[in-house]
Amino acid sequence: MNENLKLMFEPEFFRAIIFPALIGGIAVTICASLLGVTLVLKKYSMIGDGLSHIGYGALSVASVMNLAPLKVALPVVIISAFILLRLNENNKLHGDSAIALFSTTALSIGILVSSKAGMTNDVSHYMFGSILAMSKEDVIISVAMSIIVILAFIFLYNRIFSVTFDENFAKATGVNAGVYNMIFAVLTAVTVVLGMMMMGSLLISSLIVIPSLTAMRVCKSFRGVVIISALISVTSFLIGMFMSLLMNTTPGASIVIVNAVFFIIFSIIGKLTVRN
Amino acid sequence: MNNLISCKDISASYDGMNVLNNLTFSVNEGDYLCIVGENGSGKSTLVKCLLGIKKIDSGNIIMGEGLSQTDIGYLPQQTQLQKGFPATVKEVVLSGCLNSRGYYPFYTSKEKKSADESMQKLGIFDLKLRSYRELSGGQQQRVLLARALCATKKLILLDEPVTALDPLASAELYSVISELNQKYKIAVIMISHDIQNSVENASHVLHLKKTGYFFGTSNEYLKSEIGSRFI
Ligand SMILES: Nc1ncnc2c1ncn2[C@@H]1O[C@H](COP(=O)(O)OP(=O)(O)O)[C@@H](O)[C@H]1O
Ligand SMILES: [Mg+2]
Repeated sequence: MNENLKLMFEPEFFRAIIFPALIGGIAVTICASLLGVTLVLKKYSMIGDGLSHIGYGALSVASVMNLAPLKVALPVVIISAFILLRLNENNKLHGDSAIALFSTTALSIGILVSSKAGMTNDVSHYMFGSILAMSKEDVIISVAMSIIVILAFIFLYNRIFSVTFDENFAKATGVNAGVYNMIFAVLTAVTVVLGMMMMGSLLISSLIVIPSLTAMRVCKSFRGVVIISALISVTSFLIGMFMSLLMNTTPGASIVIVNAVFFIIFSIIGKLTVRN
Repeated sequence: MNNLISCKDISASYDGMNVLNNLTFSVNEGDYLCIVGENGSGKSTLVKCLLGIKKIDSGNIIMGEGLSQTDIGYLPQQTQLQKGFPATVKEVVLSGCLNSRGYYPFYTSKEKKSADESMQKLGIFDLKLRSYRELSGGQQQRVLLARALCATKKLILLDEPVTALDPLASAELYSVISELNQKYKIAVIMISHDIQNSVENASHVLHLKKTGYFFGTSNEYLKSEIGSRFI
């Protein structure tokens, strides 16, 4: 039997390392994929990417200054999410370029600060993620977040659909679209920060974008896209984690590769079913 | 004739730039008002003011008895994003029922029935389970019109509904709109580029210009200086 596999199911190791990683990971992937459906359909997916770079900057600065990483990064990223959303709506600076401008600046600050302080090790965690080092606190926050996101998708489902499909019509029927955009900004910001501790700043946005793109290849309904993207996301996570433990590869990258394979498979299925 | 909406001296602006200046007009039950005018003359802005999406700077918008701003069926100018949206026809039409409900999370059977009726009125009931993104432009507009119908009993507001359609599909949509107006007595406010058609179908015309405007019945419009110049 594979040595890694044996170690994986060692009760002590499983309980202390693997189990929290699995629970936290499933929670974050569910959040990312559900929020991703709306972000992708509204062409806001760049926001996830931008926020992860901003998050990286904030986490680096926090760890250099010896502050608790989450307590610094969360507010910074939430505020940035509001600003990016505003920029996107006002369209003064073109949305995408504005995001690139802000996020690469924040990223550079992070890299600069951490390299000056010689803290490359800690900070590379945030670049590439370290799912096996999730603290109990991280796991609890992740699970709480995923419960909030899932409840929001159940109870506000029809309004989320309306705001996603047609914001102007939603406003005309009395739905406060601005509030929904704000809720989405906050939830996305928290998901991005949690996800980047796990998957790394470079890869978290793929967890937001790929599952919903995959689901859209085959699903005809919005409900289908929401459900299938969450399922694909969790499945890819589990397969990717298992692969990474088995073959000693980076978890984040393995998960993204599995997601990409699903995307290719679903694209082919989509093409075939359209023809019939 | 009961009054549905009357606007008195309304003005609106973006960042200090005036778009609408002291407009006065009204729409009664069963009216069919066409709003015409060149690009940028403020047609979409006026519609957003009527819906309460955009605030007016001055003047009054008075809604008739029993009509609130959220009871208007709205068909917005279509965006590029929507064309490829993964949703079934049923999901889109049902979202028109959102204005009449509280926070109960699921649609009731009454709302589902009203969505079915709207689809039947527009002849798209057999498309109910099809995906919106697979439909032709004309079918997509009918779906959005059915959604608007779910939101209202009295008044629909259409922003350039035929812009992306070929002549045949446009003609079909115009006849559907006229039918809603005549058979079901739903008042129509429609923004259009097609002045010729507007004057044929509409009871009233509102012509917006950079300076000044015309409001009156279609016949008055034909006789007016501005109308005779455009026809
Ligand atoms: N959200 C906005 N912010 C700033 N200016 C706007 C906005 N929407 C429209 N405008 C401006 O208001 C004017 C009227 O626009 P609009 O009502 O869309 O015209 P129409 O529908 O008649 O083509 C235009 O000059 C347009 O540039
Ligand atoms: Mg317009």
